[in-house]
Amino acid sequence: MEEKVIVCKDLTKRFGDFYAVNKISFEVDKGEIFGFLGANGAGKTTAMRILCGLSHPTSGEAMVAGFDVYKQAEEIKKNIGYMSQKFSLYENLTVLENIEFFGGVYGVPYAEIRRRSDNLVQQLGLTAEAKKLVGALPLGWKQKLAFSVAIFHQPRIVFLDEPTGGVDPVTRRQFWDMIYEAAASGITIFVTTHYMDEAEYCNRITIMVDGKVEALDSPANLKAQFKADNMDEVFYRLARGAKRSGD
Amino acid sequence: MKQLFVFIRKEFFHVFRDRRTLLIMFGLPVVQIVLFGFALTSEVKNITLTVIDNSRDVNTQQLIRKIKSSSYFVVNESSIDYNDIEDAFKKGKAKCALIFPAGFGNDLQHGGTAQLQIIADGSDPNTAKTVVNYITAITTAYQQEISPAQQLPYTIIPETRMLYNEEGNGSLNFIPGVMALVLMIVCTALTSVSVVREKELGTMEILLVSPFKPLMVLVAKAIPYLILSLANFILILVLAVFVLDVGIKGSILLLFMESMLFIITCLSFGLMISNTTNSQQTALLLSMMGMMIPTMIFTGFMFPIENMPLVFRIISDIIPSRWYFLIIKSVMLKGLGFEYVWKETLVLLGMTVALLFIALKNFKTRLS
Repeated sequence: MEEKVIVCKDLTKRFGDFYAVNKISFEVDKGEIFGFLGANGAGKTTAMRILCGLSHPTSGEAMVAGFDVYKQAEEIKKNIGYMSQKFSLYENLTVLENIEFFGGVYGVPYAEIRRRSDNLVQQLGLTAEAKKLVGALPLGWKQKLAFSVAIFHQPRIVFLDEPTGGVDPVTRRQFWDMIYEAAASGITIFVTTHYMDEAEYCNRITIMVDGKVEALDSPANLKAQFKADNMDEVFYRLARGAKRSGD
Repeated sequence: MKQLFVFIRKEFFHVFRDRRTLLIMFGLPVVQIVLFGFALTSEVKNITLTVIDNSRDVNTQQLIRKIKSSSYFVVNESSIDYNDIEDAFKKGKAKCALIFPAGFGNDLQHGGTAQLQIIADGSDPNTAKTVVNYITAITTAYQQEISPAQQLPYTIIPETRMLYNEEGNGSLNFIPGVMALVLMIVCTALTSVSVVREKELGTMEILLVSPFKPLMVLVAKAIPYLILSLANFILILVLAVFVLDVGIKGSILLLFMESMLFIITCLSFGLMISNTTNSQQTALLLSMMGMMIPTMIFTGFMFPIENMPLVFRIISDIIPSRWYFLIIKSVMLKGLGFEYVWKETLVLLGMTVALLFIALKNFKTRLS
C-alpha cells in the first residue's frame, strides 16, 4: 500500500451560513500530482488554505504529511512548500537573496543554502542574473524561480495555487516539466488550475462544484465516465450546474 | 534566532534599496530642522514701514533714525499722501505706516504732549500686533531719553529674564517637536507600510505558511526601524547642536532611553495600523491622520495647549507625542533628571503597553 500524504475526511469550512467547503473527502498518495479544479468560488483556495494551516476548518478531519491540521499546524508548515497565485518573491531582492531568505526562514543551514542555490541557479540558467533584482526578470522566469524557491527546503508536499496564471504556453510547458521532475524526486504536488490542458498532466484530479467534490479520478477515467473527448467537456458538464460564481 | 537574523537582513535590503524610504527617513529630519530653524520663525523682521513726516523737526528725525537703526524695519521715507496709505497697503508695499502730524516737535516741547499715528495691516493680526509693540517700545525709550531730568514720583522697571533660554533662541521649542514628528513618521508610517506591503504583494501569505512564527514577523519588521530611528534621533540631536546652537543640558543617556520608549510607542502604533488595513495608501493615510496631524497640533510645539478649550486639552492628553515632547523639553532644555519626568514617562509607558497589546492581539496569524 502506498503512503498517503494527505487524508481529508468530511472537511468543512463554514462562514456563517455559507459553506465554502462542504464535507470534502479525498486522499493523496506520495509523489502524486494531484489536480484541484473548480470554477471561481468553488472553494479550491479555501480547501488549500486549510491544508496549509492558513485557515482552521469548521469540522471534519485532515492529516497533512502525517500531522493533524487542528493540532500540529507548526509541524505541517515545516513539511510543506507553498506558491500562491500572486507572484510572491521580493522584487527588490536579488535572485540569490530571495533564495537565501526563504531557505533561511525554513531553517536550511547556511552552507547547504549556498551549495543548493548554486546548483539551482545553474539549472534555471540564471547564472548571469543571480545577482540581479528579481523585479527585472521576465514573468516566466519569475514563476519558475518561485516554484524552485517553494521546493528549496525539500518539503514533502508542495501546494501550488494557480501557479501558471498569465504565463505563456511555452513557459507553462517548461513549468510542468519542473513539476514532473519534483514529483519524480518524491515531492507530492497539490495544484489548483483553470487550464484544462494542465488538468491532463495530473495523475488524478478533483473537480469541486459549490464547495463539494463532484468528481475524483484520473483524467482518462473521468473522460470515459462522462463520455467526453477532453477535460474541457468534463469540467463544463459538472461546473455549469454551479450556483456560485465569482470569488 | 538565525531565522530572525535572516529576516532582519532582508528588511534592511528593502530599506536601503528603496530611495523614497531613505529620502523620507534621512531627508525629512534635515529639511524639518532647516525649515523650522530658519524659515518658520515667529519673530517678525524686515517689516516695510512707510513714514509720513508732516512736521520735519528734530524730534521726528531722531525718532525715525532710532526706528531705522533697529533691525526690524525697512523704512520707506518717500513722501506719499495720507490718502495713498491704504493703496500702499493694498499693493503690499507697506505692512505698517507711521504718521507724524504737523507741529509734532513743537507740541512735544511746549505742550508736553504730542501724538503720532501707527497704522498696521490687520489682515495679519500677529505681525500687526508685534509691529505696533516694537514702535511703541521704541517711542517709549525715546521719550525717556529726552526727558531724563523729569523724575516721576514712582518708577517700576521690570527686569525680565527668559529662564532656560536667555538669548531667546526660537529653535529651542521646536527641536523636541521635530524629534517627536520625525520619529513618528519614520516609525509609525514606514513600519505600517512595510507590513502592509507584504500583504499587498502576497508575500505575507508565504510567510504565514512558513514555519517562521507570525509574531516574529512583527518583531523582525520592528527591529530595523528601531535601529534606523535611533540613528535618526542622533542625526537630529547633532543638527540641533551644531546647526541651530541648541545646547543639550540634561543627560544624553536619559534622552536616549526616553526616545527609545517613544520609538517603541510609535512602532506599536504602526503595527496596530498595519493589522487593520490591507493597502499601503490606507496605512499611510491612517498614520498621517492618527499621529502626524495630532502631533503638529496637540503637542504644544506649534500652538500653545494652554490656550485651547478644555475638550482639546483633554484630547491632547491622549496623544503620546505630547508626553514625549514634555519629557524631551524638560531633559534637553532644562537639564532635569528622571525624578522630574517619571510621571510623564509612566504615562508614555502605559500607552506603549496598551498599544502593543492591541497590536499583538489583533495580528492575524491566519487568513480568515
